[in-house]
Amino acid sequence: MAVATPPTPTAGERVDRLELMWQSRPGVLGWLTTTDHKKIGLLYFWATLVFFAAGGVEALLIRTQLSQPNEKLVSPNTYDQLFTMHGITMIFFFIIPMSTGAFGNYLIPLMIGARDMAFPRMNALSFWLFAASGIFIYTSLFLGIAPNAGWFNYVPLANRQFDTGRNIDFYSLGIIFNSISSTLTAGQFIVTIFKSRAPGMSLNRMPLFCFAYLAASLGLLFALPVLSADTILLFLDRNVGTHFFDVAHGGSALLWQHLFWFFGHPEVYILIVPAMGIATSIIPAFTQRKMVAFPLVAIAELLVVFIGFGVWAHHMFATGMPTISLVFFAAATAMVVIPSTIQVFAWCWSMVTGTARFRTPLLFIAGFIFMFVTGGLTGIMFLAIPFDQQVTDTYFVIAHFHYIIFGAAVFPLFGGMYYWFPKVTGKLYYELPGQISFWILFVGTNLLFFPMHIVGLLGMPRRVYTYSDGLGWTAYNLAETIGGYVTLVGILLLLGNLAASYFRGAPAGPDPWHGPTLEWATSSPPPDYDFPVIPKVTSAYPNWDPADRQEDRRKLAEGVLVLDEGHEQVATSPVDGLFAEIVEMPHESPWPIILALTVSLVFTMLVLQKFGVAAVMAVLCVLALLGWHSKEPQES
Amino acid sequence: MRRLLVLAPAVLFLSGCRRAQNSLEPRSHQSHVIANLFWWMMGGAWIGLALVVFLLLLSRARANRRGFGRDTEGLKPAERPGWYVVVGAGIAMPIVLLSTLFVIADLFVIRTTEAPAKSATRLTVQVIGHQWWWEVRYRGTDAVTANEIHIPVRTPVRLEVRSDDVIHSFWVPELNRKIDLEPGTTNAIELDADRVGRYRGQCAEFCGLQHAHMGMYVFVDSRAAFRRWLAHEAKPAAAPESALARRGARMFATGSCATCHTIHGTSATSNVGPDLTHVAGRTTLAAVTIDNDEQNLAAWIAHSQSIKPGNEMPDIELRGARLDAVVAYLRGLK
Repeated sequence: MAVATPPTPTAGERVDRLELMWQSRPGVLGWLTTTDHKKIGLLYFWATLVFFAAGGVEALLIRTQLSQPNEKLVSPNTYDQLFTMHGITMIFFFIIPMSTGAFGNYLIPLMIGARDMAFPRMNALSFWLFAASGIFIYTSLFLGIAPNAGWFNYVPLANRQFDTGRNIDFYSLGIIFNSISSTLTAGQFIVTIFKSRAPGMSLNRMPLFCFAYLAASLGLLFALPVLSADTILLFLDRNVGTHFFDVAHGGSALLWQHLFWFFGHPEVYILIVPAMGIATSIIPAFTQRKMVAFPLVAIAELLVVFIGFGVWAHHMFATGMPTISLVFFAAATAMVVIPSTIQVFAWCWSMVTGTARFRTPLLFIAGFIFMFVTGGLTGIMFLAIPFDQQVTDTYFVIAHFHYIIFGAAVFPLFGGMYYWFPKVTGKLYYELPGQISFWILFVGTNLLFFPMHIVGLLGMPRRVYTYSDGLGWTAYNLAETIGGYVTLVGILLLLGNLAASYFRGAPAGPDPWHGPTLEWATSSPPPDYDFPVIPKVTSAYPNWDPADRQEDRRKLAEGVLVLDEGHEQVATSPVDGLFAEIVEMPHESPWPIILALTVSLVFTMLVLQKFGVAAVMAVLCVLALLGWHSKEPQES
Repeated sequence: MRRLLVLAPAVLFLSGCRRAQNSLEPRSHQSHVIANLFWWMMGGAWIGLALVVFLLLLSRARANRRGFGRDTEGLKPAERPGWYVVVGAGIAMPIVLLSTLFVIADLFVIRTTEAPAKSATRLTVQVIGHQWWWEVRYRGTDAVTANEIHIPVRTPVRLEVRSDDVIHSFWVPELNRKIDLEPGTTNAIELDADRVGRYRGQCAEFCGLQHAHMGMYVFVDSRAAFRRWLAHEAKPAAAPESALARRGARMFATGSCATCHTIHGTSATSNVGPDLTHVAGRTTLAAVTIDNDEQNLAAWIAHSQSIKPGNEMPDIELRGARLDAVVAYLRGLK
């Protein structure tokens, strides 16, 4: 179709037509078959919140068990399952899907002026696969046979000889299952970010949030295959009798560690980079200032993931590798610090030279910077190989990575929940309880995690289900447990505040913060079609360009780029963001959830070791895929 | 002196009273240099954190002075050059500091904590990891013990470690950094303690159900005491002295005990559990889980599964006088 239609109907009529065109099916069926990135984002949000609750309960059980010496709240066997599931849940089922699935899905199309993700049905598929993989792995916990060898699951402990139950099969299959979903999400984000930006949004005008998500997605895309290979080898070792990791038959136990950390370290940056993206969204809005050194920050977000692929063996400094390899990986570990320091000083200096309004979202970002710097500084210590070898596998490391993963990766998610709450719900949250929830969380997490540095230095190894008195660890452990419960109070207050605000909050209007990016240019909550007209972009802060927004309104009246004649959005060139074509987008579809169901059946049969039945179920998957492709959306 | 640099109250907690497994109470050259490295890094870390906190507080103070927070309508996004800050503090400063740390720690300090060359020490001790205890052998002698390692003071000792099952990690923080015990490979580390004493260590790599109860002691003896201990340890077991102990010895040899344990000089030669030739000479049982006294020994034999659930030793069906006899025998194995 043509780019412009003759300006006969009024703007109101055009919007009505868009409304009709993009309207989704009402009710439960609408949610099950939706391909709307906002609805999928919300599905992700609720599902990951459930997993966050599960992982949180596991954490509190662990902390209660360790609150005093020789506590017998849980058995050693249960404890092993709890800490393994806590790690798996928080990494694979909370932070990654919350930051990419929920925040990314909801916000990226809005920020780049698109109407949906590039592949909406694939987007739905990745959600249903994610939910199914979560149910799959949690089934094992309810059966009492959850993975029990830690989230990095070292062999030979995880091999059949020492772990005879189904526990580890749930681990390897669950991880592969979940990886399919994450891989789809990653590919989806990359294509959307490169191809669906509004005309005019060249890469140098793309919000830093999108750079961060681009970095995270590229990281996932290259790291996950290595993890899948690793877990497939383990599944074969355990179920088919291969000897990839069996030292007695020429295999290598260290091979598991190399492959795992080749994924595992980039994974840490994949967890943290979206949080950096959220920080670079909130800081300009609450300082009313453009980011300092924008291009450097964008490059740093990408570099942190790229260099992150070269540091994996610093998790293995005590394995007896030759010194020359250790020194190489220590040097890489030093290099990966630089992109982070660039960002820290860019954030701080933006805040110093702007006019910082310390509303709840910015408080969480300030807390994030504090926690990230603390965790980063202890991280720097690990490049001193002898010190790393002293404290690795102790609570010092637990302290370090919880400062990073909880303090730095999750605090911005909390801040982001407050920041985008008005956009998603159309309501304002309550400010004072919001600020109180921040301070409770800030005090709680520091009380929870700081003493872990000390007990680690005092010799407490990680993953011990109990410890004896007289080692000097007791008081610190009690303090940590109290901190854990304080943190719980903070989270409950945060969620309670958001729930109350949802029902009783004041109307927010489209742009309560005078935010810089395009999501604030549309109404709150955004309409199904996101933008009545594909917005004009001439800078990296398009919502701060009033002339361009005026131009949008004029285009709506004239019918330019309204695309009200079909379920359509524009595609642009990857670098310059030049208008390329108009593409017809798929409507809602039952095939994603059907395909996810058939894939779940395959994995269920595999874990039951019914390989023949699994093959039959795989045929069902192929049939579902054929159904999926029976009606392709037409390009026009 | 260096500790004065440290800006943290944490210093009070860390270097105060002496504790069992404290990496900051070094008792060897190796642990000493590692602890020093830490104090310097921690001082630097506090300064770095203080700088960032200062910037955050500054942003708050400056905004206050401009009357922020009441009304931001009309405030225009401002662009000011912050490049020099980001390039200076975010790139140049860390490159200098990180390079310095890298050179000191990874090119110089690391030499101290590296594994000693094969023939560099006169004494080699082999440690073999098991779920969940440590087998200890002294190269060139018949001495075999478990969980309690004796070494001479101010003498470099090469510790060769490997695992019989899963990965473990040998860690006595006051004496040196840790080293993993792996199946199929032998790793090495040096122990060279400054002072006579008893040092606690613990398995640091998760190794299954009883990872928490895989402790060990390193006893640093005077050189003469160590020579006596080693000579004694290499001898076969003492013959039982009382009638009760003799009865216990018969039960040990014919009952289930001998299917797993060795006592040199008797018919018990199995290698599944710890060597018990001189078990009464050890201060603890079950990898430093309980003290080695008569009551605990009896409890361990009869109810090891409630003391250390999941360990390889089953609860032995020995009660009353029969249990007393075995205990009397083992208590005589000094």
